[in-house]
Amino acid sequence: MEKFEKLKGIVAPLDRSNVDTDAIIPKQYLKSIKRSGFGPNAFDDWRYLDPGEPGMDNTVRRKNDDFVLNQSPYDTATILLARENFGCGSSREHAVWALTDFGFRAVIAPSFADIFFNNSFKNGLLPIALDAAVVDDLFKKVHAKSGYKLEIDLTSQRITTEEGDEIAFDVDEFRKYCLLNGLDDIGLTLKHADDIRAYEQQRKQSAPWLF
Amino acid sequence: MAGKTLYDKLFDAHVVRTENDGTALLYIDRHLVHEVTSPQAFEGLRLADRKPWRVDAALAVPDHNVPTDAVERARGITDPVARIQVETLDNNCTEFGITEFKMDDIRQGIVHVISPEQGATLPGMTLVCGDSHTATHGAFGAMAFGIGTSEVEHVLATQCLIQKRMKNMRINVEGTLGAGVTAKDIVLAVIGEMGTAGGTGYAMEFAGSAIRDCSIEGRMTICNMAIEAGARVGLVAVDDVTIDYVKGRPYAPSGDLWEQAVNAWSDLHSDSDAVFDKEVHLDAASIKPQVTWGTSPEMVAAVDANVPDPARETDTVKASSMEKALKYMGLEANTPLSSVAIDKVFIGSCTNSRLEDIRAAAAVIKGRKVAANVKLAMVVPGSGLIKQQAEREGLDKVFIDAGFEWREPGCSMCLAMNADRLEPGERCASTSNRNFEGRQGQGGRTHLVSPAMASAAAIAGHFVDVRDF
Ligand code: SF4
Repeated sequence: MEKFEKLKGIVAPLDRSNVDTDAIIPKQYLKSIKRSGFGPNAFDDWRYLDPGEPGMDNTVRRKNDDFVLNQSPYDTATILLARENFGCGSSREHAVWALTDFGFRAVIAPSFADIFFNNSFKNGLLPIALDAAVVDDLFKKVHAKSGYKLEIDLTSQRITTEEGDEIAFDVDEFRKYCLLNGLDDIGLTLKHADDIRAYEQQRKQSAPWLF
Repeated sequence: MAGKTLYDKLFDAHVVRTENDGTALLYIDRHLVHEVTSPQAFEGLRLADRKPWRVDAALAVPDHNVPTDAVERARGITDPVARIQVETLDNNCTEFGITEFKMDDIRQGIVHVISPEQGATLPGMTLVCGDSHTATHGAFGAMAFGIGTSEVEHVLATQCLIQKRMKNMRINVEGTLGAGVTAKDIVLAVIGEMGTAGGTGYAMEFAGSAIRDCSIEGRMTICNMAIEAGARVGLVAVDDVTIDYVKGRPYAPSGDLWEQAVNAWSDLHSDSDAVFDKEVHLDAASIKPQVTWGTSPEMVAAVDANVPDPARETDTVKASSMEKALKYMGLEANTPLSSVAIDKVFIGSCTNSRLEDIRAAAAVIKGRKVAANVKLAMVVPGSGLIKQQAEREGLDKVFIDAGFEWREPGCSMCLAMNADRLEPGERCASTSNRNFEGRQGQGGRTHLVSPAMASAAAIAGHFVDVRDF
């Protein structure tokens, strides 16, 4: 997994609540057996005017110019700003892969759906939950100035605005540690293989029907 | 000390170790696998040269992509991309030694339907699957939740997951449901009440006399949609209904082990003095048949209500999402829901494709005909065994005589990864769980309802209150 320490980048405003994972990556792309290549189809139904299918050349499809990610400079944004309950719906990790493949490294919203939130950390995408009022204020700033940038520092858990204001954010210690170091958590868990075996031994006694 | 909630009992029984920040390594008893969220996980194992920790805990089935057309099934999947994905599952299961119910197996079906049916879902288990509707299995007093592909790989490699404890919520539904009102209406009403994010961060236990009165099928319908209220985990306490259902199923324990298990399961309920972080109360008698009108399951109303008016919503963000939803759905504010005509009907999905659902739908349809304006009405049973049993009861004939199509099991038009889908602008009465934009096909318009309500709509050609039907 790619490390995450600091990020300074353009913020794309996606002014919607309940952005679901079906919208982030429609189901037809879930047939892929790979982890990469989903970027061109991120938000496919909103981004293109014609229906998309896997294997199409997306560069020749008709784009919806009204959609924020089709507009410059947001096509090079690395931070996505959205409203509450971002990433609700299906568990598809493809949604996170589509966002990272597009170029996003962080999503800021008042709240996230649990599974999406979890999946993000496994792929070096930092989801940051801030108060709705703070998010609303960021929307105002971003709408007021095209190409508005934020700087995110994971170590100090702070976001710095262009005006120099600092916004603190929360992140679980363990997740922060994995992100900062780009660690694969399977490797970390396997360090506890003896504990897992000991648990299994005890469970075989107390609940033998599970084995 | 206060008593424990069911969720906390299940969590505590599965902790392998705890980190300083409270993050726990949890042991997973059952891992269900399907073709869409597993290929990258198996690939990850291979790349890291890792082996599955415990293959007998896993059970696999292809469901999302499989055709529901008998001819195509026999001939092989036509869509080459989908075919490769199903073959990849077959190959991975063979390579790693995982039991799989392949497409031609009578036990094949939707992952959340087949596992309980086989007794592979047991009370007291931790159960995961790379699918958000895994909450379904909480109906058995099991701690079940959906995970992403990285976590699928993590469970395959370690039999564990890194988890934080969720908060506890209890939804108390007391009283008796009116005639024609079902478990689906309970859960839609709950989501309408809580909103799609109301349960985020919580394990949601469903309790009260109306829940105890539900069959295990109805409880599965309710837990299935806990995720639509934001809760990854839905739960119902174990009682005789649970135990009677599990008894004698192929994967369930038998003999002495059965006695031992039943004994242990008697503790699988929240203690009477357990404290919940949040409690919600609903009166079952006041719940009416529900229909969603928007593009999020929380956009739901009783069938005798009108489409709501964004102009009357004071929260501007909400009003604008209502407007977007009505535009997408092609609906005018203040229209009576019962006047909305439909193009297609889908009875199926892991929410409502079990025998009880099919029987309820057939009871409404028997001796009647699908309305002329309905282009397609289909029933997709949740598993091969359900299909077989329904046919023994002659239910397939009831549907076919009325003008329904009777299909092979799979996810089908719940998410339209196979050929079953809505065309742009088509309106569907669907027993599935999500009405997101494009969920059942690009531009398609989904209204979530119970099987009885979907059947009544099929006959009437528009939504109609099944209680007057
Ligand atoms: S039936 Fe629908 S919700 Fe259930 S597992 Fe299949 S696609 Fe997901």
